[in-house]
Amino acid sequence: MSDATTLERTPKGPTMKTTSPDFVSTTNACKLCTPLGASIVFRGIEDAIPFLHGSQGCATYMRRYIISHFREPMDIASSSLGEKQAIYGGGPNLKQGILNVMKKYEAKMVGIATTCLTETIGDDVAMLLHEFKQEFGDLELPDLVHVSTPSYSGSHMEGFQAAVKAVCDQMPLPVTAENPRHAGVNLLPGFVSPEDIRNAKDIFERFNLPVTILPDYSETLDGEILDDYQKLPPGGTPRTSLKAMGAARATVEFGATLHPDQSGAAVLQDKFGVPAHRLPTPIGLRASDAFFHTLQEIAGQPMPLRYARERGRYLDALVDGHKYISGKRAVVYGEEELVVGLTGLLAEIGIIPVLVASGGNSGLLKEKIAAVCGDLLRELPDVRPNIDFFEIEHETKALQPDLILGNSKGHRIARDAGAPLVRVGFPIHDRFGAARMPHLFYTGTQSLFDRIVNAIIEKRQADNPLGWSYV
Amino acid sequence: MTDHATPITPVIFEERADQIHVTGPATGAGETGAASAFDLACNRPSLAGAVSQRACTFCGSRVVLYPIADALHLVHGPIGCAAYTWDIRGAMSSGPELHRLSFSTDLQERDVIFGGETKLYKALVELIDRHQPKAAFVYSTCIVGIIGDDIQAVCKKVSEEKSLPVLPVQSEGFKGNKRAGYEAACKAMAQLAGTADVSDVSPLSINILGDFNLAGEIWVIRDYYERMGLQVVATITGDGRVDAIRRCHGAALNLVQCNGATQPFAKLMQEKYGQPYLRVSYFGIEDMAQALYDVAEFFKDKDPAIMDRARAIVAEEVGALLPKLREFRRDLEGKKAAIYVGGAFKAFSLIKAFRHLGMQVALVGSQTGTKEDYEELAAICDPGTIIVDDSNPLELSAFIKEKDVDIFVGGVKERPIAYKLGIGFCDHNHERKECLEGFVGMYNFALEVHRTVTSPVWRFMPRRAAKAAAIANCTEATI
Ligand code: SF4
Ligand code: SF4
Repeated sequence: MSDATTLERTPKGPTMKTTSPDFVSTTNACKLCTPLGASIVFRGIEDAIPFLHGSQGCATYMRRYIISHFREPMDIASSSLGEKQAIYGGGPNLKQGILNVMKKYEAKMVGIATTCLTETIGDDVAMLLHEFKQEFGDLELPDLVHVSTPSYSGSHMEGFQAAVKAVCDQMPLPVTAENPRHAGVNLLPGFVSPEDIRNAKDIFERFNLPVTILPDYSETLDGEILDDYQKLPPGGTPRTSLKAMGAARATVEFGATLHPDQSGAAVLQDKFGVPAHRLPTPIGLRASDAFFHTLQEIAGQPMPLRYARERGRYLDALVDGHKYISGKRAVVYGEEELVVGLTGLLAEIGIIPVLVASGGNSGLLKEKIAAVCGDLLRELPDVRPNIDFFEIEHETKALQPDLILGNSKGHRIARDAGAPLVRVGFPIHDRFGAARMPHLFYTGTQSLFDRIVNAIIEKRQADNPLGWSYV
Repeated sequence: MTDHATPITPVIFEERADQIHVTGPATGAGETGAASAFDLACNRPSLAGAVSQRACTFCGSRVVLYPIADALHLVHGPIGCAAYTWDIRGAMSSGPELHRLSFSTDLQERDVIFGGETKLYKALVELIDRHQPKAAFVYSTCIVGIIGDDIQAVCKKVSEEKSLPVLPVQSEGFKGNKRAGYEAACKAMAQLAGTADVSDVSPLSINILGDFNLAGEIWVIRDYYERMGLQVVATITGDGRVDAIRRCHGAALNLVQCNGATQPFAKLMQEKYGQPYLRVSYFGIEDMAQALYDVAEFFKDKDPAIMDRARAIVAEEVGALLPKLREFRRDLEGKKAAIYVGGAFKAFSLIKAFRHLGMQVALVGSQTGTKEDYEELAAICDPGTIIVDDSNPLELSAFIKEKDVDIFVGGVKERPIAYKLGIGFCDHNHERKECLEGFVGMYNFALEVHRTVTSPVWRFMPRRAAKAAAIANCTEATI
């Protein structure tokens, strides 16, 4: 009976723009700033510490934001510039700061990301690091990787990708007799959950492919309880593996919305001749198929039985669950890469995405959304890059979706719309266990599917006065 | 206990040695070369390369002004500064909730190169038109300070065009720590005060300062004062309203909680309007009661019965509270606590609150305490207590391990440190969702402490499991 209302709702096409498109301000941003992404990447490297070159506040804010999602310690050092350094240049603080983290954290790598401040005052970090290495050449210096991440050009995703690319560019050694070609594969998974990284490891292992995953925060941001507080948490991509990335057999990179000039895989290919396999993030059946297909090709071996079975089970679940969700309408928001994957998944399972929104602005979103669902939907969803939550709320009110997919920050929108929110992406600040949530491959897709079906059933059950316990 | 704990000296940066102090007879940590007397070198800029728990000037301003619910809070800068402060605090409003939206000029490369004034102007106009706020605050962030936008001029222009107060907050992050941000916020707010009619304000009236109405706390406090017969003119800034602040100069007395955040405002008001202020704390039984008595004392000439009413409130509330606390105390007696909070005032109240629960405070620190604060802390702490200014995760973890505490009270940034070591935790910062002020707050606090400290999970944690095993071995050996 609660379905009476949903029956009336015929799928709508793209709505008119209801808010002023000429607004210059942002209200409730659906994105974060670039150095946050870079910090997460550096956290995923063995014995590395993220280091922001800028004022103190940025690092503290980002730490808190990241900690609330992963529920793990997250140390980000900062060069803590004050007014004077902001005027005369932050070089001395940068150098002093690196010395300090070397001493106290025993960091073997320092991942230095700039911030708006140091970009604006024009600190030349590459040159400063060069000077640093000369001045302190007598010390045992850590690897220093730097990335330029002014927040006024891009979001946390650009920062994440830029850091991955910087590592691919600055860490690998040339292929030589000491660093010979090897059979391993590089995996650049993008901003996924620790559970996704663990699952990726298992998959490569079952394909008998040694893998270097960059970044690998599966332990550093989802660690065990400790007896002692660790200066730097155990885990992360081994630095020796990073050095050998240029000698790998192939690179697999997830990123449908990644421009070639942002791609770490492209750098490894151009600089070291490692063949690049650039794929969309494997969320949904077809994207996962494409990934497993690629692995079969690289490994030269058929699909391990386990994954064939996972796929079969997923198809079985699609049949069992399809009726609960068929024809439901959904709003999806979050990082561009994530929403492309989710939209593909929704279209495959019979849910109609009506609004696809992102604070990102790669310029690729429309095209990629069309690519993942064009053949499955009668009408393409309204695709809105560079949008904020104020507008998402506005659109959602008009659209009255049955379901919303996205991070915690849409909670009030979902509540006001009376639609369940399936929490995916970053940040998840209002639920437990985000780090252990799978999204990728057949298992992750299965888990998303189960959560979506259950969200719909739960809502229907809650709205029904009979209190039935049988569906 | 301390002798087999990890020696803490190595984790302390030499430059920071004088920001740590141990009271009384040195126990272990005393040999850190730490400050010999009470001259903790506080209020100095954070050290480059250390992971400070501190935030920036902007953060300080944002904390103070954020709860003003009918004002527009526009962050002029790139997106991060606004995004990270969106709705992260539980400051509640009984009416409008404009403060819960996060507005940013979201500066782009183009703006950084050519200046952001035009964008700021447009942003202000469009947002004022859309939301019809009572006033607007414009926060400068670091890069605005660098590109040199004339925020003052833009604010003035919009203020005239739209006929409402548009107040610049000079909160460039690099200018200092949170404290500098409090000052900037208070300066901006002071421009509002004194701009409305106060003819109907009672001589028995107060402003409540330095409470941000987390989890509705200011309503608890306001209720006590109203039961005493006082008119509350403005709550600054919890559940704050622009119009109330405009007439706050009419109140007979300012009550300032947390000497950091709104004390500058009280001082400004004293200078300009001769308005006296009292420092109070609403945490814990003694401080809460003392606040009511102090206020009664202040008004007793105007209203001789006020002290009786204050006493009646305290008697009623404490009478109901104490039996409940005794229950908790049975389980908590002898347990140890570490405290690391933003402002030192809170530390005082917490130390007393823990004493009611029979607990001992082994470590106390703050991000922004002053020299006087630390002197006072040293005076009231038990011997052997570690006192620390502007600490970092490495230090804090070493200290709480050494002291083998059962609970850590701090903010969300401290939580993972405690949890990673398998130690109970109580969030006493701006993001908390529990009401911890007033007499009811003392109950909630005790409840939370009890819940975390008595959880059975700790016994399975490696830190404790190892100790239990060691004790078991010992016993076997002696048998
Ligand atoms: S200044 Fe830039 S880097 Fe720092 S928080 Fe703001 S947006 Fe992020
Ligand atoms: S840019 Fe400046 S104002 Fe913004 S968060 Fe960083 S330190 Fe604070």
